[in-house]
Amino acid sequence: MQPVPSYRIAVDIGGTFTDVVLTGHDEIVLATTKILTTHDDPSLGALDGIRRVVETVGIAVSDLDGFIHGTTLATNALIERRGARTAVITTEGFRDILEIAYERRYSQYDINIDKPDFIVPRSHCFTVAERMSVSGQVITPLDEAQLASLISELDDCNAEAVAVCLLHAYANPSHEILLRDILKKHRPHLSVSLSSEISPEAREFERMSTTVANAYVQPLMSSYLKNLSKRFRDEGLLCPILMMTAGGGMTTLETAASHPIRLVESGPAGGAILAARVAASLQASEVLSFDMGGTTAKLCLIDDFRPQTSRKFEISRADRFIKGSGMPVRIPVVEMIEIGAGGGSIAGVDSLGRLTVGPESAGSEPGPAAFGKGGIRATVTDADVTLGLIEPSLFAEGRLRVDGDAARAALLSDVGNNLGFNATESADGVSQIVDENMASAARMHAVESGKDLSQRTMIAFGGNGPLHATRVARRAGVRRIVIPPDPGVGSAVGFLHAPVSFEIVRSLYMTLDDFDIAAVNLLFDDLINEGERVVKAGAPGSPLCRSRKAFIRYKGQGHEIEISLPDRTLEGDDINSLRNAFEKEYRQQFAREVPGMTIEILNWSVSVSTLEANAANLVALDYHRLIKPETYHNITCDLTGKPQHAGLLKRQTLEPGDRVTGPALIVEPQTTTLVSADFIADVLIDGSLLLSKLDNTEAEG
Amino acid sequence: MTVSNVTRMQVMWNRLLSVVEEQAQALIRSAFSPIVRECGDISAGIFDLKGRMLAQAVTGTPGHINTMAEAVKFLRDYFPLQEMKPGDIYVTNDPWIASGHLNDFLLLMPVFHNDVIIGFTSCTSHLIDLGGLGMGPEGSDIYDEGLLVPPCKLVDTGQINGLLMEIIKQNSREPVANEGDLFALIACCEVGAKRLCEMLDEFGLSELDSLAEHIIETSRRGTIAAMAEVPEGIYESRLMIDGYETPIELKAKLTVEKSSMTLDFTGTSGCSRRGINVPLNYATAYSVFALRCLVGPDIPNNAGSLEPFIVTAPEGCILNAQPPAPVAMRHTIGQLTPDLVFGCLSQALPDRVPAEGASCMYDLPLRNVSDGGQANGQHFAVELVHNGGTGARPGKDGLSATAFPSGVWGSQVEIAESVAPVLFHRRELRCDSGGAGKYRGGLGQRIEMSSAVNEPFLVFLSVERIKFPALGRDGGLPGAPGRVRIDKSEGLPGKGMLRIEPGQTLIFETPGGGGTGNPKDRARDDIVADIREGLISTEKAISLYDWSTKEGSQ
Repeated sequence: MQPVPSYRIAVDIGGTFTDVVLTGHDEIVLATTKILTTHDDPSLGALDGIRRVVETVGIAVSDLDGFIHGTTLATNALIERRGARTAVITTEGFRDILEIAYERRYSQYDINIDKPDFIVPRSHCFTVAERMSVSGQVITPLDEAQLASLISELDDCNAEAVAVCLLHAYANPSHEILLRDILKKHRPHLSVSLSSEISPEAREFERMSTTVANAYVQPLMSSYLKNLSKRFRDEGLLCPILMMTAGGGMTTLETAASHPIRLVESGPAGGAILAARVAASLQASEVLSFDMGGTTAKLCLIDDFRPQTSRKFEISRADRFIKGSGMPVRIPVVEMIEIGAGGGSIAGVDSLGRLTVGPESAGSEPGPAAFGKGGIRATVTDADVTLGLIEPSLFAEGRLRVDGDAARAALLSDVGNNLGFNATESADGVSQIVDENMASAARMHAVESGKDLSQRTMIAFGGNGPLHATRVARRAGVRRIVIPPDPGVGSAVGFLHAPVSFEIVRSLYMTLDDFDIAAVNLLFDDLINEGERVVKAGAPGSPLCRSRKAFIRYKGQGHEIEISLPDRTLEGDDINSLRNAFEKEYRQQFAREVPGMTIEILNWSVSVSTLEANAANLVALDYHRLIKPETYHNITCDLTGKPQHAGLLKRQTLEPGDRVTGPALIVEPQTTTLVSADFIADVLIDGSLLLSKLDNTEAEG
Repeated sequence: MTVSNVTRMQVMWNRLLSVVEEQAQALIRSAFSPIVRECGDISAGIFDLKGRMLAQAVTGTPGHINTMAEAVKFLRDYFPLQEMKPGDIYVTNDPWIASGHLNDFLLLMPVFHNDVIIGFTSCTSHLIDLGGLGMGPEGSDIYDEGLLVPPCKLVDTGQINGLLMEIIKQNSREPVANEGDLFALIACCEVGAKRLCEMLDEFGLSELDSLAEHIIETSRRGTIAAMAEVPEGIYESRLMIDGYETPIELKAKLTVEKSSMTLDFTGTSGCSRRGINVPLNYATAYSVFALRCLVGPDIPNNAGSLEPFIVTAPEGCILNAQPPAPVAMRHTIGQLTPDLVFGCLSQALPDRVPAEGASCMYDLPLRNVSDGGQANGQHFAVELVHNGGTGARPGKDGLSATAFPSGVWGSQVEIAESVAPVLFHRRELRCDSGGAGKYRGGLGQRIEMSSAVNEPFLVFLSVERIKFPALGRDGGLPGAPGRVRIDKSEGLPGKGMLRIEPGQTLIFETPGGGGTGNPKDRARDDIVADIREGLISTEKAISLYDWSTKEGSQ
């Protein structure tokens, strides 16, 4: 075993805030800080934050044994279109792969929608004569004579980056590699991304779109990472910097620079990793992670202490949350659903007189009406203030003035006056709608994944997660909620629990009746070599674990099911166990298997990662000390809509074993936990809050 | 209604909408039929005890918008309520009850809550093959087109009707996929019923009636309020289309009143002898879809929002085909009805209605040649789907190579080549195919393919707008017509079977959309951009847009 590092630091650079967390022995959080992100040079803010926590603890930067970094820089560059001037090279005859895409509209009734913008205009899409067959045989060799004119076309459009995506390159990458070699020889500074390396899967549009996104952010990210590395070396940092990826693992700076597209959405992935860690310490095998911030809520299913993962993600959806309106990228990601429900989500009334909340958000600027920073629209936070759930004097450690009158006025003008509700009724309505929206999203997400919600433990964090957890849980049929310590910087805390890992997916088509074991074993050897090379670079000498998967369906279906394979060379008998495993999982998802149908496999994946340290066991204590609050606060009950007295407690005064009965508000610097009337809260050994729902009869007493 | 009741009703309404989406997902994820799993050609809904639709999944294509609503009313009256038992599911694929052709199967499940029937779940999806001549326009009556299952029980108190399942399998070229798709439909009904019961429990309800009234009344009122924006009056339009044997004229008269819109197809040509005829339920679905695109598009689909729209047609016209007319390819013409409706609406709502588009899907059903003696011949049957350009929108260009009105996704070349022995040589936009205008129509695309092996293959064509292109509006010009050729042949007709020999190339060009407004009024920057992006040629810029090369050099 490698020695457990003493001091590790996590830096999560988000759109608004940069969070820094420093842990010591046994992963105990020693210091955290939250500062505004410095957009011109994000590493400056990070440096500032690191100095603060290091000073707080009284160590030097050179004492750090681990440094994990996640950033929204790549995501924001894609959303704000601040990447490199990018060109595309594809097979002759197929210039319009991006323009044609899937030939569909993402909104049925809206005749005025625009197609998503896939970054590279048609005039920057070039073709070259070459062709591979579906099985990777060369039909037309790459026409090298054509490349001189191709290079001058690239020069003419001042291309800084090139995405190369040739038909069937996942089956045989040799033309793409040859093309890159020639381009690099003549234009060494050109940044070149190959589809066969970035996303070696069939379906040319998504492969190209992923490669384009990678090429687009690569120059920016590679210079950012270089700069970051130098800045912290100069500051005295000795340990390597590891980058957090969308898949919830860490990778080296080198891999991050060649596959920058994998760095998108690393912040939310960190939150899911935290939830997985809490799940392990509670031995809760089925968990729903609930991360609600100012603009959105993110929900993720965690089974057997691992966040659910997916191989597809959409960047910058036009109408923000409508499926199909963004740019698809095929990378390993922690699968989550993100909906426009946060503290800043704006409430209103539509043409049918229906109360609506979000997805439009007042964000941090101008913010909710109650914050008095120029916001006048009614938001979810205004509703929470009006319901008495945010205690003005304790909010944000008293640094932010909360104006209850402004909140009520906004609710009346945007909601109440249209529906004949008073301010409190409006607030209650807004809360019910936004909570139902989140619960519905959770239910839908569970269904799409073939899972059930009712037995799950919810792990809630983010600035608004603890405040809305009981309300969302009740609607989703969830009875148990855990609020971990430091919920406001949950993502950065999660970074510290992530393994070093790398996942690769590759297409190789076969049916179970026609199964080529040798070819599969060869493919896996290849994937494992590549994965281990990447992971060993980030964690030299660490023991590694691997997982192999196949993506299987009945021939004729369009959606594959993910099946785990044993981590060894496959043998003849494995075909039957593969069939059985598929049919079992199919029954699980769709009630009955379909007899006599051919089974086909499209893709194979390998994930290599370091072993995770065992999580501390957080079993609930077997004694309870009932805490009687010293002060009470008037709130509107979220069950009945009637006025109620809620106990008011500071979280730092609570100790393991303490029990608080609802209704109560447990306040801490970055958030408030609402313990509704039908819940009780117990403090666990590490200070986590365990909220349990009472049966209906108990709650009435 | 009290305050808490209003919010509660809305929360329950939102819940119903999420239940129908769950149903739709269950169906799509487990479906076999490619047009279902890739393109969402389905519908799923929840109905009250009277058979009135309360919620319908937004996933899916417009072809099902109110066919299911009407079908459930029919079945609700056809089967006595007192004979329904928990676990029963009814089925039919009668084109005149379900969704316009034999491939679409509709299931209906009574939902029991505490042993009392409280409503229904229903769903529709497209099965791959029902025997007969298969998907194609060649049938001369419905009997040529395959197996018709009259309304009957598919599941009896949880037990699948084995004989019926066997009949549906034994009459199909794709028996296993048919069975798989029926399983998917059953799962869809059952998921919906289960969630509906859970919802009643959670909200402490014993029936749906008051919620149903609230949903239907609110939606009906909202729709009528939206209609107030359309000036009352009578608006007429006509559309000439290719047809099979001879061109066909479609005619419509839209009567807008204070609280209803009535569309009548009197004057439309009679039926074809081939399977391009359209049952009225399907023509209604696409017509009402087009109306709802402009009148209250944000109001959910249910009995209330559909009630103010009425569609009528004389029996026997091609938009109200009667049994036993062949109807397999009813979508080819059915999907043109939105252009007919937009023709009426453009008079009532100038500046809000798009120009005509390619509209009908350009699908490419491919099969191996079935003549014997082909020892090495690969058996395959795939349906590739492609699209042309949409009409220019008010204030915006049309969309190139994009499905409208259908919601069907286009096929990927790498997937097509993996499921059929064909080799694509080209799939690119057609320069100059978008109708010129102040706002340009969307471009069509050009696809070239040949056999990848030393065997011929067959194409079953049923496409439109070869002879009659998509027209422009307000001075906008028509889009390019579609064109189908083999090598250097003349343009071929849009309907019928083609045989592509090894070494031959099929050239398949989809139509462009019409433009709106005078091309000479097009913003000069947009013309420069179109030339730069290769969407229009310099020659056409000069001849149609009154552009001079001098402007380009500025």
